[in-house]
Amino acid sequence: MDAVIEHFGTFLSGFGRTLALLGIAGAGALVIGTVVAGMRISPVAPMRAVATVYTEVFRNIPLTLVLFACAFVLPYVGVRFAGLDPQSGYFVLACIGLTAYTAPFIAEALRSGINAIPLGQAEAARAIGLTFGQTLGIVILPQAVRMVIPPIINVLIALTKNTSVAGGFFVVELVASSRRVINERGDETIAILLAVAAFYLVVTVTLGRIAAVVEARVAVLR
Amino acid sequence: MSVLYEVPGPRARRLARIVSVVVIVLLVAGVTWLVVQLALPRTTATGSVQPGLLDPSRWDVLRDLAVWRSLGRALLGTLSMAGVAAVLALVIGVLFSFGRTARSAFVRVPVTVVLEFFRGMPVLLMMFFILLVFAAQAYWAGVWALAVYNGALIGEILRAGVAALPRGQREAGLTIGLSPLRTRLLIEFPQAVRNMLPIIIAQLVVLLKDTALAYIIGYDELLNTVRSLSNFFGNQYFFSLFFVVLAIYLTLNLLLSWVARFVAARTGPNAGRPRIPRRGVHPQGTKH
Repeated sequence: MDAVIEHFGTFLSGFGRTLALLGIAGAGALVIGTVVAGMRISPVAPMRAVATVYTEVFRNIPLTLVLFACAFVLPYVGVRFAGLDPQSGYFVLACIGLTAYTAPFIAEALRSGINAIPLGQAEAARAIGLTFGQTLGIVILPQAVRMVIPPIINVLIALTKNTSVAGGFFVVELVASSRRVINERGDETIAILLAVAAFYLVVTVTLGRIAAVVEARVAVLR
Repeated sequence: MSVLYEVPGPRARRLARIVSVVVIVLLVAGVTWLVVQLALPRTTATGSVQPGLLDPSRWDVLRDLAVWRSLGRALLGTLSMAGVAAVLALVIGVLFSFGRTARSAFVRVPVTVVLEFFRGMPVLLMMFFILLVFAAQAYWAGVWALAVYNGALIGEILRAGVAALPRGQREAGLTIGLSPLRTRLLIEFPQAVRNMLPIIIAQLVVLLKDTALAYIIGYDELLNTVRSLSNFFGNQYFFSLFFVVLAIYLTLNLLLSWVARFVAARTGPNAGRPRIPRRGVHPQGTKH
Protein backbone atom coordinates (compact mmCIF):
# COMPACT_ATOMS: atom_id res chain seq x y z
CA MET A 1 0.00 0.00 0.00
CA ASP A 2 2.83 2.42 0.78
CA ALA A 3 3.94 2.30 -2.86
CA VAL A 4 0.59 3.82 -3.79
CA ILE A 5 0.87 6.54 -1.17
CA GLU A 6 4.50 7.20 -2.00
CA HIS A 7 3.78 7.65 -5.71
CA PHE A 8 0.38 9.25 -5.32
CA GLY A 9 1.55 12.28 -7.31
CA THR A 10 2.38 10.07 -10.32
CA PHE A 11 -1.07 8.51 -10.13
CA LEU A 12 -2.75 11.90 -9.90
CA SER A 13 -0.93 13.29 -12.93
CA GLY A 14 -1.81 10.12 -14.85
CA PHE A 15 -5.42 10.43 -13.72
CA GLY A 16 -5.41 14.06 -14.81
CA ARG A 17 -4.24 13.06 -18.26
CA THR A 18 -6.90 10.32 -18.43
CA LEU A 19 -9.56 12.90 -17.53
CA ALA A 20 -8.15 15.32 -20.12
CA LEU A 21 -8.32 12.60 -22.80
CA LEU A 22 -11.89 11.84 -21.72
CA GLY A 23 -12.91 15.50 -21.72
CA ILE A 24 -11.33 16.52 -25.02
CA ALA A 25 -12.15 13.35 -26.97
CA GLY A 26 -15.64 13.23 -25.41
CA ALA A 27 -16.43 16.82 -26.40
CA GLY A 28 -14.95 16.31 -29.87
CA ALA A 29 -16.88 13.08 -30.38
CA LEU A 30 -20.15 14.71 -29.27
CA VAL A 31 -19.72 17.51 -31.81
CA ILE A 32 -18.56 15.31 -34.70
CA GLY A 33 -21.04 12.58 -33.79
CA THR A 34 -23.94 15.05 -33.94
CA VAL A 35 -22.75 16.31 -37.33
CA VAL A 36 -22.40 12.73 -38.62
CA ALA A 37 -25.86 11.81 -37.31
CA GLY A 38 -27.27 14.88 -39.05
CA MET A 39 -25.50 13.90 -42.26
CA ARG A 40 -26.91 10.38 -42.08
CA ILE A 41 -30.48 11.65 -42.09
CA SER A 42 -29.89 14.60 -44.43
CA PRO A 43 -31.68 14.93 -47.79
CA VAL A 44 -28.36 15.02 -49.66
CA ALA A 45 -27.39 11.52 -50.81
CA PRO A 46 -23.57 11.97 -50.93
CA MET A 47 -23.58 13.30 -47.36
CA ARG A 48 -25.52 10.23 -46.26
CA ALA A 49 -23.04 8.00 -48.09
CA VAL A 50 -19.98 9.70 -46.57
CA ALA A 51 -21.42 9.48 -43.07
CA THR A 52 -22.40 5.83 -43.51
CA VAL A 53 -18.99 4.79 -44.80
CA TYR A 54 -17.21 6.68 -42.01
CA THR A 55 -19.42 5.06 -39.37
CA GLU A 56 -19.03 1.54 -40.78
CA VAL A 57 -15.27 1.79 -41.23
CA PHE A 58 -14.46 3.23 -37.81
CA ARG A 59 -16.81 0.90 -35.96
CA ASN A 60 -15.05 -2.08 -37.51
CA ILE A 61 -11.43 -1.11 -36.90
CA PRO A 62 -9.96 -1.94 -33.50
CA LEU A 63 -9.14 1.15 -31.47
CA THR A 64 -5.57 -0.08 -31.14
CA LEU A 65 -5.16 0.22 -34.93
CA VAL A 66 -6.74 3.68 -34.97
CA LEU A 67 -4.33 4.95 -32.33
CA PHE A 68 -1.45 3.13 -34.02
CA ALA A 69 -2.27 5.00 -37.22
CA CYS A 70 -2.49 8.28 -35.30
CA ALA A 71 0.83 7.73 -33.58
CA PHE A 72 2.79 6.58 -36.65
CA VAL A 73 0.99 7.40 -39.92
CA LEU A 74 -0.31 10.89 -39.11
CA PRO A 75 3.13 12.33 -38.24
CA TYR A 76 4.46 10.73 -41.44
CA VAL A 77 1.93 12.53 -43.68
CA GLY A 78 2.76 15.81 -42.01
CA VAL A 79 0.27 16.07 -39.13
CA ARG A 80 2.88 17.01 -36.58
CA PHE A 81 2.56 19.23 -33.61
CA ALA A 82 5.81 21.07 -33.83
CA GLY A 83 6.53 23.37 -30.96
CA LEU A 84 5.04 20.86 -28.56
CA ASP A 85 7.27 18.41 -26.76
CA PRO A 86 6.85 14.80 -27.98
CA GLN A 87 4.73 13.87 -24.98
CA SER A 88 2.06 16.51 -25.65
CA GLY A 89 2.37 15.84 -29.38
CA TYR A 90 1.35 12.23 -28.81
CA PHE A 91 -1.37 13.45 -26.45
CA VAL A 92 -2.93 15.53 -29.23
CA LEU A 93 -2.62 12.62 -31.68
CA ALA A 94 -4.32 10.29 -29.18
CA CYS A 95 -7.13 12.84 -28.75
CA ILE A 96 -7.63 12.88 -32.52
CA GLY A 97 -7.73 9.08 -32.63
CA LEU A 98 -10.13 8.71 -29.70
CA THR A 99 -12.42 11.40 -31.14
CA ALA A 100 -12.49 9.79 -34.58
CA TYR A 101 -13.16 6.39 -33.01
CA THR A 102 -15.88 7.52 -30.59
CA ALA A 103 -17.84 9.87 -32.89
CA PRO A 104 -19.55 7.06 -34.88
CA PHE A 105 -20.81 5.48 -31.66
CA ILE A 106 -22.30 8.83 -30.59
CA ALA A 107 -23.81 9.23 -34.05
CA GLU A 108 -25.40 5.78 -33.90
CA ALA A 109 -26.84 6.47 -30.44
CA LEU A 110 -28.31 9.77 -31.68
CA ARG A 111 -29.68 8.17 -34.80
CA SER A 112 -31.43 5.41 -32.86
CA GLY A 113 -32.92 8.11 -30.65
CA ILE A 114 -34.16 9.98 -33.71
CA ASN A 115 -35.59 6.72 -35.05
CA ALA A 116 -37.52 6.19 -31.84
CA ILE A 117 -39.47 9.45 -32.18
CA PRO A 118 -43.02 8.65 -33.32
CA LEU A 119 -43.55 9.35 -37.00
CA GLY A 120 -46.46 11.70 -36.26
CA GLN A 121 -44.07 14.24 -34.72
CA ALA A 122 -42.19 14.72 -37.97
CA GLU A 123 -45.38 14.62 -39.98
CA ALA A 124 -46.94 17.29 -37.80
CA ALA A 125 -43.84 19.46 -38.07
CA ARG A 126 -43.87 19.20 -41.82
CA ALA A 127 -47.61 19.74 -42.00
CA ILE A 128 -47.25 23.14 -40.36
CA GLY A 129 -44.62 24.01 -42.94
CA LEU A 130 -41.33 23.64 -41.07
CA THR A 131 -38.20 23.06 -43.14
CA PHE A 132 -35.84 20.10 -42.67
CA GLY A 133 -33.61 22.13 -40.37
CA GLN A 134 -36.53 23.38 -38.31
CA THR A 135 -38.16 19.94 -38.13
CA LEU A 136 -34.93 18.49 -36.86
CA GLY A 137 -33.86 21.36 -34.60
CA ILE A 138 -37.15 22.33 -32.99
CA VAL A 139 -39.21 19.14 -32.99
CA ILE A 140 -37.16 15.96 -33.40
CA LEU A 141 -33.80 16.59 -31.70
CA PRO A 142 -35.12 18.06 -28.43
CA GLN A 143 -37.13 14.88 -27.92
CA ALA A 144 -34.41 12.57 -29.20
CA VAL A 145 -31.66 14.08 -27.04
CA ARG A 146 -33.62 13.35 -23.89
CA MET A 147 -33.95 9.72 -24.89
CA VAL A 148 -30.35 9.24 -25.98
CA ILE A 149 -28.64 10.68 -22.90
CA PRO A 150 -28.34 7.26 -21.18
CA PRO A 151 -26.86 5.51 -24.25
CA ILE A 152 -24.54 8.47 -24.84
CA ILE A 153 -23.32 8.25 -21.27
CA ASN A 154 -22.65 4.55 -21.92
CA VAL A 155 -20.52 5.58 -24.89
CA LEU A 156 -18.64 8.00 -22.63
CA ILE A 157 -18.09 5.22 -20.07
CA ALA A 158 -16.63 3.09 -22.85
CA LEU A 159 -14.46 6.06 -23.84
CA THR A 160 -13.18 6.34 -20.26
CA LYS A 161 -12.00 2.75 -20.46
CA ASN A 162 -10.69 3.25 -24.01
CA THR A 163 -8.39 6.09 -22.94
CA SER A 164 -6.22 3.35 -21.42
CA VAL A 165 -5.25 2.25 -24.95
CA ALA A 166 -3.51 5.61 -25.44
CA GLY A 167 -1.16 4.42 -22.70
CA GLY A 168 0.25 1.97 -25.23
CA PHE A 169 1.08 4.83 -27.59
CA PHE A 170 3.39 7.11 -25.61
CA VAL A 171 0.71 8.98 -23.63
CA VAL A 172 1.45 8.67 -19.93
CA GLU A 173 -2.10 8.36 -18.65
CA LEU A 174 -3.28 6.29 -15.71
CA VAL A 175 -2.28 2.81 -16.91
CA ALA A 176 1.05 3.95 -18.36
CA SER A 177 1.97 5.86 -15.20
CA SER A 178 1.06 2.83 -13.08
CA ARG A 179 3.48 0.77 -15.16
CA ARG A 180 6.20 3.28 -14.34
CA VAL A 181 5.44 2.89 -10.66
CA ILE A 182 5.42 -0.92 -11.03
CA ASN A 183 8.87 -0.75 -12.61
CA GLU A 184 10.06 0.85 -9.41
CA ARG A 185 7.99 -1.09 -6.90
CA GLY A 186 7.48 -4.55 -8.40
CA ASP A 187 6.73 -5.92 -4.93
CA GLU A 188 3.41 -4.11 -4.73
CA THR A 189 2.00 -4.82 -8.19
CA ILE A 190 -1.43 -5.88 -6.91
CA ALA A 191 -1.95 -2.81 -4.73
CA ILE A 192 -0.83 -0.48 -7.53
CA LEU A 193 -3.13 -2.04 -10.13
CA LEU A 194 -6.07 -2.04 -7.70
CA ALA A 195 -5.45 1.65 -7.04
CA VAL A 196 -5.63 2.29 -10.79
CA ALA A 197 -8.85 0.27 -10.90
CA ALA A 198 -10.27 2.48 -8.14
CA PHE A 199 -9.47 5.62 -10.16
CA TYR A 200 -11.34 4.22 -13.17
CA LEU A 201 -14.28 3.19 -11.00
CA VAL A 202 -14.57 6.73 -9.66
CA VAL A 203 -15.26 7.95 -13.20
CA THR A 204 -17.29 5.04 -14.58
CA VAL A 205 -19.48 4.58 -11.52
CA THR A 206 -20.20 8.32 -11.37
CA LEU A 207 -21.15 8.38 -15.03
CA GLY A 208 -23.24 5.22 -14.56
CA ARG A 209 -25.16 6.79 -11.68
CA ILE A 210 -25.85 9.90 -13.77
CA ALA A 211 -27.15 7.65 -16.57
CA ALA A 212 -29.42 5.80 -14.13
CA VAL A 213 -30.83 9.06 -12.71
CA VAL A 214 -31.46 10.50 -16.17
CA GLU A 215 -33.05 7.25 -17.29
CA ALA A 216 -35.41 7.29 -14.33
CA ARG A 217 -36.40 10.91 -15.05
CA VAL A 218 -37.00 10.27 -18.72
CA ALA A 219 -39.08 7.20 -17.87
CA VAL A 220 -41.36 9.38 -15.75
CA LEU A 221 -41.67 11.97 -18.48
CA ARG A 222 -42.73 9.59 -21.20
CA MET B 1 -37.61 9.75 -49.28
CA SER B 2 -37.80 10.57 -45.61
CA VAL B 3 -40.71 11.97 -43.72
CA LEU B 4 -38.35 14.65 -42.42
CA TYR B 5 -38.42 16.73 -45.59
CA GLU B 6 -40.63 17.49 -48.56
CA VAL B 7 -40.14 16.01 -52.00
CA PRO B 8 -37.49 18.47 -53.16
CA GLY B 9 -38.54 21.18 -55.58
CA PRO B 10 -36.25 22.75 -58.18
CA ARG B 11 -34.53 25.03 -55.67
CA ALA B 12 -33.94 22.27 -53.13
CA ARG B 13 -32.69 19.98 -55.89
CA ARG B 14 -30.23 22.63 -57.04
CA LEU B 15 -29.05 23.17 -53.46
CA ALA B 16 -28.66 19.41 -52.97
CA ARG B 17 -26.63 19.22 -56.17
CA ILE B 18 -24.36 22.03 -55.04
CA VAL B 19 -23.86 20.46 -51.62
CA SER B 20 -23.19 17.08 -53.25
CA VAL B 21 -20.53 18.57 -55.49
CA VAL B 22 -18.91 20.38 -52.56
CA VAL B 23 -18.89 17.23 -50.44
CA ILE B 24 -17.43 15.14 -53.24
CA VAL B 25 -14.79 17.76 -54.10
CA LEU B 26 -13.75 18.07 -50.44
CA LEU B 27 -13.57 14.31 -50.10
CA VAL B 28 -11.55 13.83 -53.28
CA ALA B 29 -9.24 16.66 -52.23
CA GLY B 30 -8.70 15.08 -48.82
CA VAL B 31 -7.98 11.63 -50.20
CA THR B 32 -5.68 13.08 -52.87
CA TRP B 33 -3.77 15.04 -50.25
CA LEU B 34 -3.33 11.91 -48.16
CA VAL B 35 -2.18 9.82 -51.13
CA VAL B 36 0.20 12.53 -52.33
CA GLN B 37 1.65 12.90 -48.85
CA LEU B 38 2.16 9.16 -48.62
CA ALA B 39 3.57 8.98 -52.16
CA LEU B 40 6.21 11.68 -51.64
CA PRO B 41 9.73 10.35 -51.25
CA ARG B 42 11.30 11.05 -47.88
CA THR B 43 14.72 11.54 -46.49
CA THR B 44 15.16 9.32 -43.48
CA ALA B 45 17.04 10.21 -40.33
CA THR B 46 20.11 8.43 -41.64
CA GLY B 47 20.19 10.65 -44.74
CA SER B 48 19.15 8.04 -47.30
CA VAL B 49 16.19 8.86 -49.53
CA GLN B 50 13.22 6.53 -49.26
CA PRO B 51 10.85 6.25 -52.24
CA GLY B 52 7.17 7.16 -51.70
CA LEU B 53 4.54 4.70 -50.60
CA LEU B 54 3.19 4.12 -54.11
CA ASP B 55 6.59 2.96 -55.31
CA PRO B 56 6.70 -0.80 -56.07
CA SER B 57 9.80 -1.14 -53.92
CA ARG B 58 7.63 -0.40 -50.86
CA TRP B 59 5.28 -3.27 -51.65
CA ASP B 60 7.43 -6.01 -53.19
CA VAL B 61 7.71 -7.66 -49.78
CA LEU B 62 4.15 -8.87 -50.36
CA ARG B 63 5.45 -11.13 -53.13
CA ASP B 64 7.38 -13.04 -50.50
CA LEU B 65 5.43 -16.09 -49.38
CA ALA B 66 7.12 -16.04 -45.98
CA VAL B 67 5.44 -12.70 -45.25
CA TRP B 68 2.02 -14.12 -45.97
CA ARG B 69 2.86 -17.17 -43.92
CA SER B 70 3.68 -15.06 -40.87
CA LEU B 71 0.64 -12.87 -41.46
CA GLY B 72 -1.43 -16.05 -41.63
CA ARG B 73 0.12 -17.30 -38.42
CA ALA B 74 -0.61 -13.97 -36.75
CA LEU B 75 -4.19 -14.06 -38.01
CA LEU B 76 -4.54 -17.55 -36.55
CA GLY B 77 -3.12 -16.20 -33.28
CA THR B 78 -5.70 -13.41 -33.27
CA LEU B 79 -8.55 -15.77 -34.19
CA SER B 80 -7.52 -18.37 -31.64
CA MET B 81 -7.36 -15.74 -28.89
CA ALA B 82 -10.80 -14.46 -29.93
CA GLY B 83 -12.25 -17.97 -30.22
CA VAL B 84 -11.01 -19.28 -26.88
CA ALA B 85 -11.97 -16.03 -25.16
CA ALA B 86 -15.44 -16.11 -26.75
CA VAL B 87 -16.16 -19.64 -25.50
CA LEU B 88 -14.90 -18.78 -22.01
CA ALA B 89 -16.87 -15.52 -22.06
CA LEU B 90 -20.09 -17.38 -22.86
CA VAL B 91 -19.48 -19.85 -20.01
CA ILE B 92 -18.58 -17.03 -17.59
CA GLY B 93 -21.60 -15.06 -18.81
CA VAL B 94 -23.98 -17.93 -18.02
CA LEU B 95 -22.40 -18.34 -14.57
CA PHE B 96 -22.65 -14.60 -13.90
CA SER B 97 -26.29 -14.49 -14.96
CA PHE B 98 -27.04 -17.35 -12.53
CA GLY B 99 -25.19 -15.66 -9.69
CA ARG B 100 -26.80 -12.32 -10.42
CA THR B 101 -30.32 -13.76 -10.14
CA ALA B 102 -29.64 -16.20 -7.29
CA ARG B 103 -32.32 -16.33 -4.62
CA SER B 104 -29.82 -16.12 -1.78
CA ALA B 105 -28.53 -12.61 -1.17
CA PHE B 106 -25.22 -14.14 -0.03
CA VAL B 107 -24.60 -15.12 -3.64
CA ARG B 108 -26.43 -12.34 -5.43
CA VAL B 109 -24.86 -9.32 -3.77
CA PRO B 110 -21.17 -10.32 -4.07
CA VAL B 111 -21.68 -11.46 -7.67
CA THR B 112 -23.35 -8.16 -8.52
CA VAL B 113 -20.46 -6.21 -6.99
CA VAL B 114 -17.83 -8.29 -8.81
CA LEU B 115 -19.75 -7.97 -12.07
CA GLU B 116 -20.02 -4.21 -11.78
CA PHE B 117 -16.33 -4.06 -10.97
CA PHE B 118 -15.34 -6.00 -14.10
CA ARG B 119 -17.70 -3.98 -16.28
CA GLY B 120 -16.05 -0.75 -15.18
CA MET B 121 -12.47 -1.86 -15.86
CA PRO B 122 -10.48 -1.24 -19.03
CA VAL B 123 -9.66 -4.58 -20.67
CA LEU B 124 -6.08 -3.43 -21.00
CA LEU B 125 -5.76 -2.98 -17.24
CA MET B 126 -7.11 -6.51 -16.72
CA MET B 127 -4.58 -7.84 -19.22
CA PHE B 128 -1.77 -6.16 -17.31
CA PHE B 129 -3.14 -7.48 -14.03
CA ILE B 130 -3.17 -11.10 -15.25
CA LEU B 131 0.18 -10.65 -16.99
CA LEU B 132 1.95 -9.23 -13.93
CA VAL B 133 0.14 -10.74 -10.96
CA PHE B 134 -0.34 -14.28 -12.26
CA ALA B 135 2.84 -14.14 -14.35
CA ALA B 136 0.82 -15.54 -17.25
CA GLN B 137 1.94 -15.66 -20.86
CA ALA B 138 0.72 -12.77 -23.00
CA TYR B 139 -1.66 -15.12 -24.83
CA TRP B 140 -3.43 -16.30 -21.68
CA ALA B 141 -3.44 -12.83 -20.17
CA GLY B 142 -5.26 -11.63 -23.28
CA VAL B 143 -7.65 -14.57 -23.34
CA TRP B 144 -8.67 -14.35 -19.68
CA ALA B 145 -8.99 -10.57 -19.63
CA LEU B 146 -11.23 -10.65 -22.71
CA ALA B 147 -13.18 -13.63 -21.33
CA VAL B 148 -13.87 -12.08 -17.93
CA TYR B 149 -14.72 -8.62 -19.28
CA ASN B 150 -17.00 -9.86 -22.04
CA GLY B 151 -18.36 -12.57 -19.75
CA ALA B 152 -19.55 -9.86 -17.37
CA LEU B 153 -21.26 -8.04 -20.25
CA ILE B 154 -22.81 -11.23 -21.67
CA GLY B 155 -24.02 -12.11 -18.17
CA GLU B 156 -25.89 -8.83 -18.02
CA ILE B 157 -27.31 -9.39 -21.52
CA LEU B 158 -28.55 -12.88 -20.56
CA ARG B 159 -30.04 -11.58 -17.32
CA ALA B 160 -31.89 -8.89 -19.21
CA GLY B 161 -33.07 -11.51 -21.70
CA VAL B 162 -34.46 -13.72 -18.93
CA ALA B 163 -36.04 -10.73 -17.18
CA ALA B 164 -37.78 -9.70 -20.39
CA LEU B 165 -39.59 -13.05 -20.73
CA PRO B 166 -43.25 -13.20 -19.71
CA ARG B 167 -43.55 -14.35 -16.10
CA GLY B 168 -45.87 -17.17 -17.15
CA GLN B 169 -42.93 -19.02 -18.70
CA ARG B 170 -41.22 -19.52 -15.37
CA GLU B 171 -44.48 -20.18 -13.53
CA ALA B 172 -45.48 -22.81 -16.08
CA GLY B 173 -42.13 -24.54 -15.70
CA LEU B 174 -42.41 -24.63 -11.91
CA THR B 175 -46.04 -25.76 -12.12
CA ILE B 176 -45.24 -28.86 -14.15
CA GLY B 177 -42.79 -29.84 -11.44
CA LEU B 178 -39.44 -28.75 -12.85
CA SER B 179 -36.89 -27.58 -10.34
CA PRO B 180 -35.96 -23.85 -10.51
CA LEU B 181 -32.65 -24.79 -12.13
CA ARG B 182 -34.26 -26.96 -14.79
CA THR B 183 -36.88 -24.28 -15.43
CA ARG B 184 -34.07 -21.82 -16.03
CA LEU B 185 -32.11 -24.18 -18.26
CA LEU B 186 -34.93 -25.80 -20.22
CA ILE B 187 -37.48 -23.02 -20.52
CA GLU B 188 -36.03 -19.57 -19.84
CA PHE B 189 -32.52 -19.78 -21.28
CA PRO B 190 -33.41 -21.11 -24.74
CA GLN B 191 -35.84 -18.24 -25.24
CA ALA B 192 -33.56 -15.60 -23.70
CA VAL B 193 -30.58 -16.68 -25.82
CA ARG B 194 -32.72 -16.64 -28.94
CA ASN B 195 -33.99 -13.14 -28.22
CA MET B 196 -30.57 -11.81 -27.29
CA LEU B 197 -28.53 -13.58 -29.98
CA PRO B 198 -27.98 -10.46 -32.13
CA ILE B 199 -26.67 -8.50 -29.12
CA ILE B 200 -24.47 -11.42 -28.03
CA ILE B 201 -22.96 -11.70 -31.51
CA ALA B 202 -22.38 -7.93 -31.59
CA GLN B 203 -20.53 -8.33 -28.29
CA LEU B 204 -18.40 -11.09 -29.81
CA VAL B 205 -17.49 -8.73 -32.67
CA VAL B 206 -16.31 -6.27 -30.01
CA LEU B 207 -14.29 -9.09 -28.45
CA LEU B 208 -12.61 -9.82 -31.77
CA LYS B 209 -11.76 -6.13 -32.16
CA ASP B 210 -10.35 -6.01 -28.65
CA THR B 211 -7.85 -8.80 -29.35
CA ALA B 212 -5.78 -6.02 -30.95
CA LEU B 213 -5.14 -4.79 -27.38
CA ALA B 214 -2.84 -7.78 -26.98
CA TYR B 215 -0.42 -5.83 -29.17
CA ILE B 216 0.25 -3.57 -26.21
CA ILE B 217 1.08 -6.48 -23.89
CA GLY B 218 3.37 -7.92 -26.54
CA TYR B 219 1.42 -10.89 -27.90
CA ASP B 220 2.32 -11.84 -31.48
CA GLU B 221 -0.96 -10.90 -33.10
CA LEU B 222 -1.40 -9.08 -36.41
CA LEU B 223 -0.23 -5.64 -35.35
CA ASN B 224 2.89 -6.94 -33.62
CA THR B 225 3.70 -8.98 -36.72
CA VAL B 226 3.77 -5.71 -38.68
CA ARG B 227 6.51 -4.61 -36.32
CA SER B 228 8.56 -7.79 -36.41
CA LEU B 229 8.21 -8.19 -40.18
CA SER B 230 9.31 -4.61 -40.86
CA ASN B 231 12.21 -5.09 -38.45
CA PHE B 232 13.23 -8.12 -40.43
CA PHE B 233 12.61 -6.98 -44.02
CA GLY B 234 13.32 -3.30 -43.54
CA ASN B 235 11.44 -0.29 -42.23
CA GLN B 236 10.29 0.80 -45.67
CA TYR B 237 7.64 -1.93 -45.51
CA PHE B 238 6.18 -0.72 -42.19
CA PHE B 239 3.26 1.21 -43.71
CA SER B 240 2.55 -1.28 -46.48
CA LEU B 241 2.23 -4.06 -43.93
CA PHE B 242 0.15 -1.85 -41.63
CA PHE B 243 -2.33 -1.17 -44.43
CA VAL B 244 -2.53 -4.90 -45.19
CA VAL B 245 -3.34 -5.64 -41.55
CA LEU B 246 -5.88 -2.81 -41.51
CA ALA B 247 -7.58 -4.38 -44.52
CA ILE B 248 -7.57 -7.82 -42.86
CA TYR B 249 -9.22 -6.45 -39.70
CA LEU B 250 -11.76 -4.45 -41.66
CA THR B 251 -12.76 -7.44 -43.81
CA LEU B 252 -13.01 -9.74 -40.82
CA ASN B 253 -15.12 -7.38 -38.73
CA LEU B 254 -17.39 -6.26 -41.55
CA LEU B 255 -18.01 -9.94 -42.34
CA LEU B 256 -18.87 -10.69 -38.71
CA SER B 257 -21.06 -7.58 -38.39
CA TRP B 258 -22.88 -8.70 -41.51
CA VAL B 259 -23.41 -12.14 -39.97
CA ALA B 260 -24.72 -10.45 -36.84
CA ARG B 261 -27.20 -8.44 -38.89
CA PHE B 262 -28.25 -11.54 -40.81
CA VAL B 263 -28.82 -13.45 -37.59
CA ALA B 264 -30.72 -10.50 -36.13
CA ALA B 265 -33.03 -10.50 -39.13
CA ARG B 266 -33.54 -14.28 -38.90
CA THR B 267 -33.87 -14.92 -35.20
CA GLY B 268 -34.73 -11.61 -33.57
CA PRO B 269 -38.10 -11.04 -31.94
CA ASN B 270 -39.48 -9.92 -35.30
CA ALA B 271 -38.13 -12.84 -37.32
CA GLY B 272 -40.37 -13.98 -40.13
CA ARG B 273 -42.74 -11.06 -39.84
CA PRO B 274 -42.97 -8.70 -42.78
CA ARG B 275 -41.10 -5.52 -42.05
CA ILE B 276 -43.62 -2.74 -41.72
CA PRO B 277 -42.02 0.61 -40.99
CA ARG B 278 -44.31 1.84 -38.30
CA ARG B 279 -42.17 4.18 -36.27
CA GLY B 280 -39.11 6.20 -36.89
CA VAL B 281 -38.24 9.01 -39.20
CA HIS B 282 -35.14 7.50 -40.70
CA PRO B 283 -34.72 7.99 -44.46
CA GLN B 284 -34.70 4.28 -45.20
CA GLY B 285 -37.58 3.67 -42.84
CA THR B 286 -40.52 5.13 -44.70
CA LYS B 287 -41.39 5.38 -48.32
CA HIS B 288 -43.49 8.17 -49.71
